[in-house]
Amino acid sequence: MDSDPYISLEHITFSRNGRRIFDDVSLAIPRGRITAIMGPSGTGKTTLLRLVGGQLRPEHGRITVAGQDVPNLGRKALYRLREKMGMLFQSGALFTDLSVYENVAFPLRVHTRLPEDMIRDIVLMKLHAVGLRGARDLMPAELSGGMTRRVALARSIALDPELIMYDEPFAGQDPIAMGVLVKLIRDLNSTMGLTSVLVSHDVPESLSICHFACIIADGRVIGQGTPEALRNHPSERVQQFLQGQPDGPVPFHYPAPDAAADWLVAGGGND
Amino acid sequence: MPQQTGWLPGVAMIERIRGLGAQGVDLMRTLGRSGLFLFGALGGVPRPAVGLPLLIRQLYVVGVLSLAIIVVSGLFIGMVLGLQGYTILSDYGSEDAIGQMIALTLVRELGPVVTALLFAGRAGSALTAEIGLMKATEQLSSMEMMGVDPLRRVVAPRLWAGFIAMPLLAVIFSSVGIWGGMLVGVDWLGVFEGAFWSNMQQSVNFVDDVLNGLIKSLVFGFFCTWIAVFQGYDCVPTSAGISSATTKTVVYSSLAVLGLDFVLTAVMFGSF
Repeated sequence: MDSDPYISLEHITFSRNGRRIFDDVSLAIPRGRITAIMGPSGTGKTTLLRLVGGQLRPEHGRITVAGQDVPNLGRKALYRLREKMGMLFQSGALFTDLSVYENVAFPLRVHTRLPEDMIRDIVLMKLHAVGLRGARDLMPAELSGGMTRRVALARSIALDPELIMYDEPFAGQDPIAMGVLVKLIRDLNSTMGLTSVLVSHDVPESLSICHFACIIADGRVIGQGTPEALRNHPSERVQQFLQGQPDGPVPFHYPAPDAAADWLVAGGGND
Repeated sequence: MPQQTGWLPGVAMIERIRGLGAQGVDLMRTLGRSGLFLFGALGGVPRPAVGLPLLIRQLYVVGVLSLAIIVVSGLFIGMVLGLQGYTILSDYGSEDAIGQMIALTLVRELGPVVTALLFAGRAGSALTAEIGLMKATEQLSSMEMMGVDPLRRVVAPRLWAGFIAMPLLAVIFSSVGIWGGMLVGVDWLGVFEGAFWSNMQQSVNFVDDVLNGLIKSLVFGFFCTWIAVFQGYDCVPTSAGISSATTKTVVYSSLAVLGLDFVLTAVMFGSF
């Protein structure tokens, strides 16, 4: 692993609506590698990406991306830093009033002053990379879920970013679409030398492509290391998550009052 | 159900007062957020090459597409004014004054107010729903992550389009209304055409009536558009949240227009 991390989170604490999402979380994301951040639904994995992207601010702690202190950046500097970041949202988040071509061209038109024929070449190259050069004239409403994510991926690499963050890229995808996305994430990382952060709860797919993984639960990092190290992790909590066991340290039942109080006493009271 | 004890009514009262206070704080927070929102959207100088095409597109969506409802409503309101005016004025034998009555009513009051109410229902609700849906589908977030400020890119052109379109729509509404009134008064009920127009020309003053009406429609346009885009931007990004934000846009805009109309009328025509 590179000794100089691209993203570093130090002692992050973050709460929302009175609920503690992260409690003293520290994490280093290596440069040029694929890092998977996994954890059960609702543990704040997407929130972590938003903290890295500067859309949310932590209550305590330090977040640095490419050596810049994200929460304390001014508006202009933050927007400049974001030009180096790509983010693939779970929904794709394509602009519904623009065609596939215009969606991919959007960041180029806003941030560069390239001539139209060069924009066309870049857009077609990016669409070709995700296998959708032929879909350039379609509107987002005409795309399947997998295609939407691939177009969104093409758009997020339009400006050749240094970092790309994937928010649940495999959720709700059929096996072929999932295979395509796994291949794309791996290929983009190796060919473009990107630092990739992958937030997911799809364990086999994530572990198959990442160089480094980390599992978050209950606001803390409960395990981290290479995929191999995690598979042999001694923690029961980690093993329950990786193997998808229905019961264990995370109980099957949501905390509830005593069963007798719910059925026997209430039933007796109705007589 | 909490059990009733001797001290509970006092606690309930304090709870109610606390709730009232919390609502007040919430209201103040929302007002503060909406102020910062407006400042964020309108602050800074936009690049004309980028901003102008966006503004023109929004002018089309907000203004041109509202034309049909404005023209039809203006025509009918003018025709009703013609009918009602004739019925009342003919009792005093002064039906020739129908032209000035229609023109003053439309230019001073009904033009700006009804246009603003229709604008809130037609364009305001559409703006809220569109921005709310962009928020719910993470389009605004993705824009931010691409280094593009949605306040400048999405909100600002819509705000400017509303400010520009509303006075123009009010002028069109009043003009069509006057023409509708003439159709009924002159062509149908037989008021002398020369008297209709000359009375109107003599009584309608450009600064006192037309300009004041324009100022009213500018103010209404500012508030209606501000409320609409803020409600969309600030909504809870769910289907229920967007629905509630759209309703709030229409209700708050209508109340704001009617309340502000009273204040503006008092200042402009109240001879204080």
